[in-house]
Amino acid sequence: MAKTIFVLPFLVFFGVVTYFIIPIVKKSDPKLLPSALIDKDVPENKLPPLFENKTGFDHEDLLGGETLVNFFSSWCGPCRVEHDILMKISEEKTIRLFGINYKDQTQAAIRWLDELGDPFEKIVADKDGRAAIDWGVYGVPETYLIDKEGKVRYRHVGPLTERVLEEKLMPIIQLLRNKKDE
Amino acid sequence: MVALGCLIYIQPIMAVEPNERLADPLLEERARMLSQNIRCLVCQNQSIDDSNATLAKDLRALVREKLTAGATNDEIFDFLVDRYGDFILLNPPFKASTYLLWYGPLIFLIVGLLMTVLVMKKSKRRASEKPLSQEERVSLSKLLEQKDET
Repeated sequence: MAKTIFVLPFLVFFGVVTYFIIPIVKKSDPKLLPSALIDKDVPENKLPPLFENKTGFDHEDLLGGETLVNFFSSWCGPCRVEHDILMKISEEKTIRLFGINYKDQTQAAIRWLDELGDPFEKIVADKDGRAAIDWGVYGVPETYLIDKEGKVRYRHVGPLTERVLEEKLMPIIQLLRNKKDE
Repeated sequence: MVALGCLIYIQPIMAVEPNERLADPLLEERARMLSQNIRCLVCQNQSIDDSNATLAKDLRALVREKLTAGATNDEIFDFLVDRYGDFILLNPPFKASTYLLWYGPLIFLIVGLLMTVLVMKKSKRRASEKPLSQEERVSLSKLLEQKDET
């Protein structure tokens, strides 16, 4: 007993070291936070459509199929970076894609979509950013994967990349779709 | 000069803009207290009271709006935790997943004390168990004599 107890501090030390080294080795960014909404219903916000002549969407429109909901802004640099991926998702019809325009000026947002292309099926405008707070958004761009029951399954913070799409989103989307077939 | 120094010193402490403040000083004080305990998720080691990020500004406004509407402190904290998770609280909550965090230091203290007691007991026993042998006593007295001569 007396001897073995002296090994304890070393064991504790190596335990702590391992615990802290894992995220360094995995290169995970501690600033990226998991969403508090995972497996919960999407917030019920009534937001106006960005385009006056088009329809918007609310939580009920998210039912019935998997959807990506993307928060974007014309003033947001990284949003420009991820735009090609969004266009690709839209062209290849990978998954239904909805947009929430975050704290933006309507004209600026429309001009931005005219210039870069509009990948979204439907877009609503969150002018004051209150809806975004309900979603737990802390920095645009953010992308939420919603299942056919309207529950949040995954949240990606920062620009979408080919890699995030293939390695993070697609496996979950496949899983959700397989479940539907059962 | 001194006034300027004060200004430079005071500025980073408060990000709250004058027009954000509530007219009721009591409510405003509560708003400040709450804000100081809410993490700004954009600049993650600052509270929303310290931060100039737009999200922090929006959350400050939201806190004040809820206070004015008569919400309790816990209601406001719960509202934010529901949306952003426990990480938004600068004070980690006391619950099953954080027991180790809160009790950890106490456990380390107890283990440390236990080991200190063990070590002290052992060294005491060693010292008292073995009295000097006859040989050692002779060589010791010799050494002492030598010391006296010089």
